[in-house]
Amino acid sequence: MNKETLKNITSKRLFLPIVCLIAVLLVNVIKTPDFFKISLENGVLSGYIIIVINRASELVILAVGMTLVTAASGGQDISVGAVMAVAAAVCCQILSGGATSVTSLAAPLVLAILAGILASALCGAFNGFLVAKLNIQPMVATLILFTAGRGIAQLITKGQITYIRVESYKTFGGYIGKCPIPTPIFIAIIVIVITQLVLKKTALGLYIESVGINGTASRLVGLNSTLIKFLTYVICGIMAGIAGVVASSRIYSADANNIGLNLEMDAILAVALGGNVLGGGKFNLMGSVIGAYTIQALTTTLYAMNVKADQLPVYKAIVVIIIVVLQSPVFKKFLANQKAKKLSNTTAAEGGK
Amino acid sequence: MENSVVLDMKDVSKTFPGVKALQHVDFKLRKGEIHALMGENGAGKSTLIKVLTGVHDFESGKITMAGTDIVNKSPQDAQSHGISTVYQEVNLCPNLTVAENLFIGREPRKFGFIDWRIMNKKSAELLKDLDIDANATDKLEECSLAKQQMIAIARAVDMQCQVLILDEPTSSLDDEEVEKLFVLMRRLKGQGVGIIFVTHFLEQVYEVCDRITVLRNGTLVGEYEVAELPRVKLVSKMMGKDFDDLADIKGDHKKLEKFVPVIEAKGVGRKGSIKPFDFVANKGEVVGLTGLLGSGRSELVRAIYGADKPDSGTILVNGKEAKISAPIDAMKLGMAYLPEDRKKDGIIADLSVRENIILALQAKKGMFHLMSHKEMEEAADKYIEMLQIKTASRETPIKSLSGGNQQKVIIGRWLLTNPEYLILDEPTRGIDIGTKTEIQKLVLNLADQGMAVTFISSEVEEMLRTCSRMGVMRDGKKVGELTGDDLTQEGIMKAIAGGDENE
Repeated sequence: MNKETLKNITSKRLFLPIVCLIAVLLVNVIKTPDFFKISLENGVLSGYIIIVINRASELVILAVGMTLVTAASGGQDISVGAVMAVAAAVCCQILSGGATSVTSLAAPLVLAILAGILASALCGAFNGFLVAKLNIQPMVATLILFTAGRGIAQLITKGQITYIRVESYKTFGGYIGKCPIPTPIFIAIIVIVITQLVLKKTALGLYIESVGINGTASRLVGLNSTLIKFLTYVICGIMAGIAGVVASSRIYSADANNIGLNLEMDAILAVALGGNVLGGGKFNLMGSVIGAYTIQALTTTLYAMNVKADQLPVYKAIVVIIIVVLQSPVFKKFLANQKAKKLSNTTAAEGGK
Repeated sequence: MENSVVLDMKDVSKTFPGVKALQHVDFKLRKGEIHALMGENGAGKSTLIKVLTGVHDFESGKITMAGTDIVNKSPQDAQSHGISTVYQEVNLCPNLTVAENLFIGREPRKFGFIDWRIMNKKSAELLKDLDIDANATDKLEECSLAKQQMIAIARAVDMQCQVLILDEPTSSLDDEEVEKLFVLMRRLKGQGVGIIFVTHFLEQVYEVCDRITVLRNGTLVGEYEVAELPRVKLVSKMMGKDFDDLADIKGDHKKLEKFVPVIEAKGVGRKGSIKPFDFVANKGEVVGLTGLLGSGRSELVRAIYGADKPDSGTILVNGKEAKISAPIDAMKLGMAYLPEDRKKDGIIADLSVRENIILALQAKKGMFHLMSHKEMEEAADKYIEMLQIKTASRETPIKSLSGGNQQKVIIGRWLLTNPEYLILDEPTRGIDIGTKTEIQKLVLNLADQGMAVTFISSEVEEMLRTCSRMGVMRDGKKVGELTGDDLTQEGIMKAIAGGDENE
């Protein structure tokens, strides 16, 4: 019975991503025991774990969008980082009313945020049009906004860093009132829950998988492959917009050059770490989410171990290689073969009696 | 005599999760013989081939070639041992030229660079030698499926193989092309090549083969000389039971008395694929479409179904003019279309049997009306049982089912949408005789229940057994219809050939 349950657990799709996350955390048990210490300082929670969950929020939100795009189109949206900057720029520009630094809002907060997200949705629609309608490879299509996005953001902010020194705007990257838990954590969770609900309560998940696996066959069973692919890019754009607003709120400014910098690659990595095939098809949203937290846990762990920022990528790369190899089909097959050999050896031995 | 054996497989076993695909199978191939490997879908033919060519590894047994044990870890390994394979679905690169495909991986080189001139010249010679009507510099995707198949064989032939495996090579060829292939096979046989021929066509086995090995449910039934095994015996060995295929199944079904048109196409056409045609499908009637490969059979139904949007003409559904611009429109009007190319247009490979079955109905219901899990499971179970789909469970990915069972899943998918008009484009291609008969019977039963069915098949016999009216296609044009006494093998051949047409 024990063997059965063990097998059940290991055959779950989320098994490996979770093991990877736990492995990263285990290193801390040995190396930095106070990693797991959570304390209340100045009325807010603090500790490495809180930092991980808080800092990972933008990445988690991006990973959700990236998962859907990957599944439906078999490619990735590499413009998400730049689109974050666009959303932040639009949002801050409206809030400041054109000034470089303001201490009071020039427009309602809700309006500005919606406008920012709308801008990012338009960016997503642009990508979606290129990929779904014109059949341009995702990497190439999204390369356009990857390069141009930050330029557009600069244009919107007129080349300056726009500061919004207003407490209410800092909420999204900070804390709501006296709540000790950082707001980005809530936003990430809400995004995950809403996306999961949409996938579970509508047929969108099935459609996305179907289109990602076989577009022509999907069309013949009555699915609008073009529309579904397009939709995933719009969703991905919206996610980038939300992440952009959170990132901008953290620094209460629109820094077109730095918001979401290199985050697109981490988002793609999160999707891969989650056990998703980057060639599209079947996907696992929670896998990507866990992947995103794993990446942030890794970064924070390395910082906690006093690794210098400029050496960080090297260590990160080593760990990523290990995780990816562990999840590769070749390695899994190797394991299965070893197991089969062991099994046949024991049966052979029994037969010999 | 023993040293004439080129390939000897002994006691080979292979297990997939939940399925014993091969159990202690022996197989022996001699020099210069054509050896048929027969069995129903799921009997283990493909698995045996894949084990031999290194696609799959196997648990026990050994493979000996020319007296030495060999282990193939990959198709490349097998090739270096002189085993070449041509699969049913051509495994070449459609975006490369014919010459590139012929020499891929072994390109003639000059100073380390590919010598295109020599490559194209050699290819042209090879094609001419084998009487294949294709240019070395054409893109492969511009060639018909049949030509692609011949090119795949040409590639294998040019690699000096000792063992040539042909896995269902004829299922997409017309008679003339099959004949050409046989000429080629006989020539190779004369050169001492051992050929393993996997096919479902009994006639072809008796035409070219010397020996037959029969598999059933992953076990060896036996090896026979062709002359010693009459057809009926072969079939009963494959099925493990007596065989009623040749019985007249049409006789039991009622004749249509009232003609109520469900679909009427008037002057429907699409530039470059099908000339304007008229077509009527009546309630309770099975209409066939016959013609050579590429004569426009599929194009006609695709135009009606909206898979390729027609640019002229009108389509009436139940007497009302319909606007069909995409398959979903046609589905909402009660149409269902089983496409010709199962792998490319039919299955969603990584999705489960359940998801594949419910997909069309779900698409019809729309994104916001997700079927409950219970509904899905009931639907899947119903068709798995009704069509006797052999699958480990309803959650098994469809790609791990055998071809015939995949086809049944697709049929189930469409039956679930409860269509008024069902289009079946080559539903029995590459499927064993038992299942074929089942599908034919099913088609007639559906018609009895009032469904309008259009049935396309390359096998004239099969069409005669199911259809009561037949449209004849030639060169992208519907040239006539046959009914009643004209519905004979001879009549159809004449119509296809266009003997009495004044053109």
